[in-house]
Amino acid sequence: MLQATEKIVSLSGMTKSFGAVRALANVDLAVGVGECLGLVGHNGAGKSTLINLLAGTLAPDGGEIRVSGVAQAADYGVRRAGALGIRCVFQELSLCPNLSVAENTRIYHKSLRGWGWRRNAAELVRRKLDEVFPGHGIPPHATVGDLLIGQRQMVEVARAFTVTDSPTRLVILDEPTSSLDAVAGKQLLTYVRRFVKEGGSCLLTSHLLGDILDYCDRIVVMKDGGVVADRSAVEFDRESLVAAMGNVISEARIKAHEHVTAQRGETPVVVRAVPKQQSDQTALVAHKGEIIGLAGLAGHGQTRLLLQIYEAAGKTRADTSVSGPVALVAGDRQTDGVLHLWSIARNISVRSMRALVKGGLIDRDAESALAKKWRERIRIKTPDVENNILSLSGGNQQKVLFARALGSDAGIILMDDPMRGVDVGTKLEVYELIRAEAEAGRTFIWYTTEIEELNNCDHVYVMRDGQIVADVARADLTEEKVLQASFREGGRA
Amino acid sequence: MNALAARLGNKPWLLSFAGAFAVWLATILFTEGKGGGEMITAALSFATFTVIVGIGQMFVITTGPGNVDLSIPSTIALAGGVAMKIMGGQDSLIWFGLLACIGAGLAVGAFNYALIRLLKIPPIIATLSSSLIVMSVAISYGRGLQIKPPPSFADFTTAQISGVPVLSICAILFAIAMAIILERTIYGRATLAIGQNVRVAHLAGVKVERARCITYLMSAAFAGLCGALLAGFSGGNALNMGEEYLLATIAVVVIGGTSVAGGRANVPGIWGAALFLYLLVTMLNTYGASAGIRLVLTGLIIIAMITLAGGDKPSR
Amino acid sequence: MTDTTLATPARDRMAFLGDPRLLRKALPAVSLVAILIAIFVLNERAMSYRGLDLMLKYAVPIAFATIAQMFILTVNDLDLSIGAFVGLVACIAGTWLVDQPVLCILILAGCIASYAAIGALIHMRRLPSIVVTLGMSFVWLGIAVILMPTPGGMVPDWLKALMSWKPPLVPFPIIACLVIALVAHVLLMESSYGAVLRGAGGNATAIDRAGWSLLRIRMSMYALAGFFGVLSGLSLIGLTTSPDAHIADRYTLLSIAGVILGGGEFVGGRVSPIGAVIGAVTLVLTGSFLIFMRISPDWQIGAQGAVLIVVLALRALIKLREAK
Repeated sequence: MLQATEKIVSLSGMTKSFGAVRALANVDLAVGVGECLGLVGHNGAGKSTLINLLAGTLAPDGGEIRVSGVAQAADYGVRRAGALGIRCVFQELSLCPNLSVAENTRIYHKSLRGWGWRRNAAELVRRKLDEVFPGHGIPPHATVGDLLIGQRQMVEVARAFTVTDSPTRLVILDEPTSSLDAVAGKQLLTYVRRFVKEGGSCLLTSHLLGDILDYCDRIVVMKDGGVVADRSAVEFDRESLVAAMGNVISEARIKAHEHVTAQRGETPVVVRAVPKQQSDQTALVAHKGEIIGLAGLAGHGQTRLLLQIYEAAGKTRADTSVSGPVALVAGDRQTDGVLHLWSIARNISVRSMRALVKGGLIDRDAESALAKKWRERIRIKTPDVENNILSLSGGNQQKVLFARALGSDAGIILMDDPMRGVDVGTKLEVYELIRAEAEAGRTFIWYTTEIEELNNCDHVYVMRDGQIVADVARADLTEEKVLQASFREGGRA
Repeated sequence: MNALAARLGNKPWLLSFAGAFAVWLATILFTEGKGGGEMITAALSFATFTVIVGIGQMFVITTGPGNVDLSIPSTIALAGGVAMKIMGGQDSLIWFGLLACIGAGLAVGAFNYALIRLLKIPPIIATLSSSLIVMSVAISYGRGLQIKPPPSFADFTTAQISGVPVLSICAILFAIAMAIILERTIYGRATLAIGQNVRVAHLAGVKVERARCITYLMSAAFAGLCGALLAGFSGGNALNMGEEYLLATIAVVVIGGTSVAGGRANVPGIWGAALFLYLLVTMLNTYGASAGIRLVLTGLIIIAMITLAGGDKPSR
Repeated sequence: MTDTTLATPARDRMAFLGDPRLLRKALPAVSLVAILIAIFVLNERAMSYRGLDLMLKYAVPIAFATIAQMFILTVNDLDLSIGAFVGLVACIAGTWLVDQPVLCILILAGCIASYAAIGALIHMRRLPSIVVTLGMSFVWLGIAVILMPTPGGMVPDWLKALMSWKPPLVPFPIIACLVIALVAHVLLMESSYGAVLRGAGGNATAIDRAGWSLLRIRMSMYALAGFFGVLSGLSLIGLTTSPDAHIADRYTLLSIAGVILGGGEFVGGRVSPIGAVIGAVTLVLTGSFLIFMRISPDWQIGAQGAVLIVVLALRALIKLREAK
């Protein structure tokens, strides 16, 4: 009886903010010994943050982490977690591509050393691979970089379950099946069941609701940085799970925006693109002046589709045709958007340099006029457009990126989830601006991870696994529809 | 407060000029004021060549980590030989010789860029490989012979107007032009944007490959021009006359306040650093330091400068 | 190997391990064999004991320097000072090794320690290695010039004897190169800490998360580079009568070229010690090949560049095939 109540980890009152955005607010979560816990939620619900706190890759702003009942000090980190038997398989691969499978195992285990270490490491990982993925076909001396992505994922998973000097007690699997094929995915989940039966614990996230329902003992549903449901898995079914993740009042909100609805297809087509991984010929189609939404879980090919359209600007190819110049508003400001050494004015003008040239040189007055015009239009809060871009808050930096795109000659604007970490006031201002620009004839293709934002769109495509899986007209748009399409039907085939 | 810090941060080159001035002062204090003027004239003369190639290297380094032109010394040797051979000591052929040395430089630059683009190899390896080939071409082409420059060309490269070398005046004008190109043309802005973040630049509509191509062409062309001028200045070409410029160009770029991580370039700083390096050597000479001590101090100063500037981004 | 136990469906998964990758791995050896055959065709006598001994004499110090450079490249850095460093070692040994061997060894140990310190500085301040090592090249050269303003110095007889040793059957340079390759191979490829060192070049975050100290790793790599640099300098003075500061200036470029020729990648911790030694030997032989071709020595360094470009072009072609 003790087994059922004993907790391997318990988090209480976890709080974490990134800048102005609160990712987690006072969350409690516990994983029992011998339990497989499913964690589900839509984008931005706080799943990843919670997992990172547990794995020790992020430090909480507040709250307490207890492992096997022992409260952890502030220095709780990856190393400590590892020593306590908590292993995490991260979504981004954490293998060294230049090393072999066995060598990657050695890196995980300090005790694998001395004479014959390579043989021992190979044997260790091969046995575990055989145990988890029978018939895997991965030679332990193969270089990881030469393996297929699915095989790498298998290695990563198997490595997390290997044991040398300290036991493996809790394995966190964050979307472990996303790059595995159906057979390997099933093998893994079957192994997880065996692992928890023998007294181990698992924390599992997946966009395949069937997997969660079939293989987890208990399911925790997160939304907006908090836990909204925590029940035994048998108490859920697909519909109730989707309902728990969704927003009950969204129906009413969508109706409130209905006046935006436009008739589709009255204007010429400006973008037609078939995603590279699409198995049929379903294409994203945008007509001039439309706002097209791209939905689905983060990382399911939306950004790739936007880049495919970006690269095809002004060209007609077999799978992609784009008429006219294109500008992109990045969402990941640091890696895709901001030129960090430059002023606000230069960050705005970079997309429009050609139009600012007078007599071979960039006209400074015109450049500054452009920046000032957009400072007024989009209300960028700065005393001087010559200040460095980093002097702005995140929301205002994002406005600069909007100004860069909207101030250019581009008739087609791509938006790569641009409202990440932006405050509500800014959002509302930008929505209005986008609608005004669309009415003036600009076309928007808008990838967003926030379902509510889709209310601003004329037409929505939902993507999953790199493909367009649903094509929803404005009038038929409901949050449930988007969620249903984002999470795959049933279990695996 | 922020604005003030930003303004000072924008002028790191002041430091290199201050350093140059301090070193000059320290020297003439030692000599009790003798030879101060001549020292400046000599510093201007020698700095001129470093500045011309240094600006090319600066554009290359500005395009981001891993970008360095290692082919500069060979290009100087080759172009110097080409220019002297074509001029053949005749005043009437000076312009042809100058065109030819720039042409030779452009050819090397095109080769460099082709290697980088086609073989997808890091620029440092591409320019290293091509430098070896270019050096052989230079050896074979010149047969190790020294050809004297035409008299008017030699006169031009050594001419002075009241103690200021004519060539230095040209190089100052050249630096001003390059500073304008850097800040006010699409090409210059593209280079700066690429150096900050290639991906961002591309997504902001910058023509990345075009800018990179121009950069490598320019660097090699300047090295070519420098080769001809050096040959004129020193009374004939020599195969080893570019040798010191590999290290010198990287040193003046770093000391002059250009960021090795890319995206921040500084033309005036190149002048300051070139003067500083020359005057430093003169000072050490005056103080009676040996060649070895001069080298050690030069190295330590480069390391101190880069350590002070700090690496804000991990880079090679 | 457990490959034999593979089930049938698994064999399809193995198909990707086909040709292009093997080809890429074999490329350095193929280049070496190609140049050996070419030399043999041009001049049979060169393939004799004496001929190989002569041709490969200078391969030993270059192989040491190449291995030193390889350690630095493993952690995604580049050492532009190795040539000057080897020159300094030659001058230090030429000055003290005969008269005060203990002092000399202490000084050389100090040199290795300063290499590790440079690694620490680069790591802690996140400095670009090319600029720091460029600065260090001035420092090494400067110290060497102070020690030995003009060529001179004394070389211990045992060192000369070792470098001109004529063992039976196999010429000494070949044995030496084999030993160098094997020792470096064991250090970096076979030891358990070697896997961690290489892993730091492949995915530093993963190594950090697994609880290893990246600072210690970088310092180890720089210290190893310094150690092999010392060996390069010592073997070099064994071959010459009068060391001087500029004796190894070309080694910086040669060592980089050798690593790349040997299949090493510029980033990502993909290096091969055996390949690096093969690359160094190939570069040395290129010179002999040109002499036998009666091509003027003017083209010697150009040919090294050309070999580098040809090999890199071949590699680019193979990669293109891999991508398909």
